[in-house]
Amino acid sequence: MLKLETRPEPSRMMSVLSPLLALAITVLIGVVLFALLGKDPLRGLQAFFVEPVKSVYALTELAMKATPLLLIALGLAVCFRSNVWNIGAEGQFIFGAIFASGVAMMAGKDTSRLIVVAILLAGVLGGMLWAGIVAFLRDKANASEILVSLMLVYVADMVLSYLVYGPWKDPNGYNFPQTINFLAVTQIPKLATGFRVNIGLLIALACVALFWLFLFRSYAGYQLQVGGLAPAAARYAGFSSRKALWTALLLSGGMAGLAGALEAAGPLGQLTPHVPAGYGFAAIIVAFVGRLHPVGIVFSAILMSMFYIGGELAQSRLGLPKSLTGVFQGLLLFTLLACDTLIHYRVRWVARHATARAA
Amino acid sequence: MDAFALLIAATLNAGTVIAFAALGLLINERSGIVNLGAEGMMLVAAIAGFAAAVHTGSPWVGLGAGALAGALLAAVFGLLVIWLNTNQYATGLALSLFGTGFSAFIGIRYTQERLPERPPLHIPVLGDIPFIGPALFRQHAMVYIAIALTIALAWFLYRSRAGLVLRAVGESPESAHALGYPVRRIRLLAVMVGGALCGISGAYISTVYTPLWVEGMVAGKGWIALALTTFATWRPARVLLGAYLFGGVTMLQFHLQGEGVQISSQLLTMLPYLATIVVLVLISRNATWIRVNMPASLGKPFFPGS
Repeated sequence: MLKLETRPEPSRMMSVLSPLLALAITVLIGVVLFALLGKDPLRGLQAFFVEPVKSVYALTELAMKATPLLLIALGLAVCFRSNVWNIGAEGQFIFGAIFASGVAMMAGKDTSRLIVVAILLAGVLGGMLWAGIVAFLRDKANASEILVSLMLVYVADMVLSYLVYGPWKDPNGYNFPQTINFLAVTQIPKLATGFRVNIGLLIALACVALFWLFLFRSYAGYQLQVGGLAPAAARYAGFSSRKALWTALLLSGGMAGLAGALEAAGPLGQLTPHVPAGYGFAAIIVAFVGRLHPVGIVFSAILMSMFYIGGELAQSRLGLPKSLTGVFQGLLLFTLLACDTLIHYRVRWVARHATARAA
Repeated sequence: MDAFALLIAATLNAGTVIAFAALGLLINERSGIVNLGAEGMMLVAAIAGFAAAVHTGSPWVGLGAGALAGALLAAVFGLLVIWLNTNQYATGLALSLFGTGFSAFIGIRYTQERLPERPPLHIPVLGDIPFIGPALFRQHAMVYIAIALTIALAWFLYRSRAGLVLRAVGESPESAHALGYPVRRIRLLAVMVGGALCGISGAYISTVYTPLWVEGMVAGKGWIALALTTFATWRPARVLLGAYLFGGVTMLQFHLQGEGVQISSQLLTMLPYLATIVVLVLISRNATWIRVNMPASLGKPFFPGS
């Protein structure tokens, strides 16, 4: 029978190989799934892995979808590294979008283009506020950040729907639950005409560098991670776990809020009940598949964004439900966690009688 | 007065939904394992149960299918966590994310289907008592099964040998292992029973509670059930009471809407989630109380003989 043997030290090679192995298994399951549904697996694979990269326009669309995932996952990586389980990024994303929209709707015809800065800052603030509640309740009352952050997703969703059905509803919107279309001046600047991708991409890439510096070259980042890996050692060294909690949550909340602002004032250009698209949850997978490393997260955000676009294509071309995206995303995380076992353990074949004797 | 009796009846029914999942998670957590996949298991079980009920016409078959689906998913989670030693939080989360996508994926062809509304049981004599009858004795059988299950579980945990072993495994897997108990198999069994009960809860939602399938219809009840185990400090009777409390909050919201109270429906829909946070905060404030009651090895990995 198979037996796991602890490796003397974690295998570096496996920690790089495991996401690739997980992806291979997920693709394999995908092929089987397509075949079971009577669809051509090759066409399915094409929709997910070829079409999203086959033209410049397709690539910019891929980058646009990857941007929010990248931003949110960077923040979540800091959280998970410091052992803070913020899984309510979706709610922080929604609040970022709400705050940003609040500012965007103040724009008049004389408003300066600088309002974009205010919109983005408002988004960051909104996300930080929503994550701050989690930090506060964890800090002051020891309430599980997992459950509180998640409950706040549902609350944020209801706040959003209250606003777009109520006070913020566009009076000329034919009774649709949505705000007015934001004025052109509030639009996040695009990178090139003819494409939807905007400066959010550049901001996200800059954040990758900043988060790399913070995590691996700063004392504060170091303190945070020690607290996550070895709480006792961190206490002994005098590193504050409270500080780590607040830093991780405010940072990740701010990043999710920024992503929300970029989405609302970017491709959407208004606030609707469809603002939450599950990016906050998908970013959890992005963070793990990217090994909680800023550079790894770039790759996994692109991969996850391929899943989104592939899911839409599978719907229009193959007549499959769009939720296929979620199936593959979930599967990828599942298989990744299983494959990660290989980092810490070696699989050995042990004859049955030998184990019986050992036991 | 009759409306009040109906409110009580509805509260018990809504509480029953959460009670099954929360009792399942209680067994699960008593073995020392946290399964954040409850929401995903409930969603998959909801569609599995609904589909089975549509095809067979029997909600009981639906509940069975839900239990099976929940147990199977829990088994996958259990194998990963217990044998491959993966992180419990991350794996549970993966299960929830997968379940959300998977249920939506297979559920799409059932969005047009409807199941007949089930008339509640009418228990003769008791059901005819004024006020008390409509409030307590005209319910679906599952409402009474939940109460029986709670009593059985309390007996199992505190009065039976097997329950003692389960608690030992959750408190100190090392000692239980040293005494010769198969810790990993016991944990897997507890996780699967937990999954089956979460599955029953999910299928109850889609076959009896609101007999139809809507994407994401579990709407956080799995997470609320997780919060309930903490709230109840891992005790069956308190889990049931907690479930009724949340059922009451959920029903109060509909009741207020029905009465035409001038509060926006969105703010009312928030109530159960806000209540969960408030209760969680109130309970968690007393850290020692939680620590004394919590299974000591909850969430910690155990890997024998390596």
